[in-house]
Amino acid sequence: MTEHLELCAPFADPTPAERTAAWLRAATPARIFTGRAGSSYHTATLLALRGDHAAARDAVSTPLDLDAPGMAALADRFPWTVVATMADSRHRYLRRPDLGRRLTPQARQTIRAAHGPGPDVQLVIGDGLSSTAVHAQVPALLPLVHEGCAVRGWSVGRPIVVRQCRVGVLNEIGDLLDPAVVVLLIGERPGLATAESLSAYLAYRPRPGHTDADRNLLSNIHRAGIPVREAASRIVGLVEALMADGRSGVAVKEPAALES
Amino acid sequence: MVYRSTLRGERFTFATLPELLAKANEVKSGDQLAGLAARSERERVAAKLALADVRVAEIAATAVVEDAVTEAVSVPADPASFAEIASLTVGELRESVLEPGFRQRWSGGLHATITPEIAAACAKLMSNLDLVVAAAPLRRTTRCRNTMGGAGVFGSRIQPNHPTDSVRGIMLSALDGLAFGCGDAMIGVNPATESVPVIGEVLRGVHELIARLGIPTQSCVLAHVTTQLAALEAGAPVDLLFQSVAGTEAANASFGIDLGLLARGREAVLAHHAERAGEFAGDQVMYFETGQGSALSAEAHHGVDQLTLEARAQAVARLYDPFLVNSVVGFIGPEYLADSVQITRAGLEDHFVGKLMGVPTGVDVCYTNHADADQNTNDNLLVLLASAGCTFVMAIPAGDDVMLNYQTTSYHDVVSARRTLGLRTAPEFEFWLAEMGIRCDGRPGSGAHGLPTSLAELASALEDSGALRALLPGGVA
Repeated sequence: MTEHLELCAPFADPTPAERTAAWLRAATPARIFTGRAGSSYHTATLLALRGDHAAARDAVSTPLDLDAPGMAALADRFPWTVVATMADSRHRYLRRPDLGRRLTPQARQTIRAAHGPGPDVQLVIGDGLSSTAVHAQVPALLPLVHEGCAVRGWSVGRPIVVRQCRVGVLNEIGDLLDPAVVVLLIGERPGLATAESLSAYLAYRPRPGHTDADRNLLSNIHRAGIPVREAASRIVGLVEALMADGRSGVAVKEPAALES
Repeated sequence: MVYRSTLRGERFTFATLPELLAKANEVKSGDQLAGLAARSERERVAAKLALADVRVAEIAATAVVEDAVTEAVSVPADPASFAEIASLTVGELRESVLEPGFRQRWSGGLHATITPEIAAACAKLMSNLDLVVAAAPLRRTTRCRNTMGGAGVFGSRIQPNHPTDSVRGIMLSALDGLAFGCGDAMIGVNPATESVPVIGEVLRGVHELIARLGIPTQSCVLAHVTTQLAALEAGAPVDLLFQSVAGTEAANASFGIDLGLLARGREAVLAHHAERAGEFAGDQVMYFETGQGSALSAEAHHGVDQLTLEARAQAVARLYDPFLVNSVVGFIGPEYLADSVQITRAGLEDHFVGKLMGVPTGVDVCYTNHADADQNTNDNLLVLLASAGCTFVMAIPAGDDVMLNYQTTSYHDVVSARRTLGLRTAPEFEFWLAEMGIRCDGRPGSGAHGLPTSLAELASALEDSGALRALLPGGVA
């Protein structure tokens, strides 16, 4: 990636071909037209791949840091409830997705004590496979989604932060609080190009036993994917579609883009 | 029926066929997660010993799951042909499959009568090299816009994904792959969205690329089957209809599909092709993806191990006369296949069970960043599968999927494997490459022909060629 960015930087006096090359690089984050050594990579390409894989491997093991600057400021605006799943370590989380879908008994108690039932929308933040993605996107995304919901007159529950979180946690939140729609913002597994990609999973009145077929997904929320402003507007549009249909899942298609 | 065996003087019993099949499996974290795996290495081998003595007819007569998938795929299609293997034990079936003469019997119709549970049982008794040497001669030829699966053909799917489905970004990645001589299996895009207008736009973009360059290959956009059919309804061109499938009715329900929906989708695409007379060389219009662990992931495995369920998923695909089937082996994550040893084994198993059942199986040789695997171990499996006659693999820029966030095989990797093992592309595609001046051995194209191979060449080619410029929506800066 760094290689790409450097070449996108303004040249002192770019030739038309150089300008076109820079424009081509900006068209996709994919590592296109990197050249060849025989049928193999140039050494620089090979080592760039190794470096990015090393960074992604490290991102998987980074814990969610609620004291990071952007996250701490967010907590001041939206006082949240912090809970954990039954996956009590990163190693267990990676090998036991079933545990990452279940809240601890303590977490269920905490949520019951701190939250009233039946908001229109409940926002949930989960570390998933990349806390780096949560640190990067949630501070900007959460207020926009919250505002979009408030403007439409929906009641929005205080956010819930779930550590060692899998998507299936949606079902438990639905069971505990009975919101109309739950929106889960969760870190995607890191790729080589970025460890900052976030997904939003939406479910209408989720309940134990619901699966991905009952959910709607907006993925690739990051700087080079779907930027947060567009993501927020599409999430709110999806919430609206789910409420209008009274259901979620593959039967509900995302409305045509509200804005770009 | 209780199954028994004795290993080194120690007695073992297995209460049911699903238990025996699960415990005879090589180590998989997913079977451990499901609580189905052997509890010791001795128990694993004891299960293999007991399984080796089970008759093929008994496996065919036992439903491992009571559901609609079992009814559709676990009954041998042709009783007369099945009689050839019914009285064999699984151990004898393994030896028969490894005989050089097996290919004739297999291509004579035996493949259609092999149920997924029989194929999986056989695989559980085989070594990794067995899985390579047995699969290699089992060639399944299929036709859509070209012909895949012929002798010596090692296909590749260009997978030019883009994080926001930018058609321009998708075209550039695809052009890079075509310049390497990749893409005979298909140009197949995983979209980031399920929006019908966006899927239609990508379908039209890839169709346009194929039409303008006259490429004998097929397009596919891997949205949910209902989304693709909605795009088709709205006028988009569909070459191959895609769907992920799993090995149980409940897991398929979690994907939002059932067998009837797939049959109706196939009919719709066949009718659509009939309106595009002259564009197609054959009637194989379906493309499916599978992968060990998907049923467990949907909490729909019914106590059956993931290799048996993978074989059932490919048998579901077989019902629809597919053009290609792809086991996305390392995609699902370490909770199902923990590391490169497990991914390698599963890749070889998935390919073998598919081929034994007559499925045109390819493999997405891949891994995620939270599994204990890396590009070196991925290279190893690529060479093993290319040696095993794998129908096709994925091909993407530098092996780095910038939308799905995992690593697979690259344009470079595909060409290196072809060079090393003397393999080629589909015949129609090879002819097209020659016409375009693109060489398949890693050397640059000749003379004024060919496609650009570096960004600088592409930039100047775009200045010179209106045809290339026309492929990029929105023009060139």
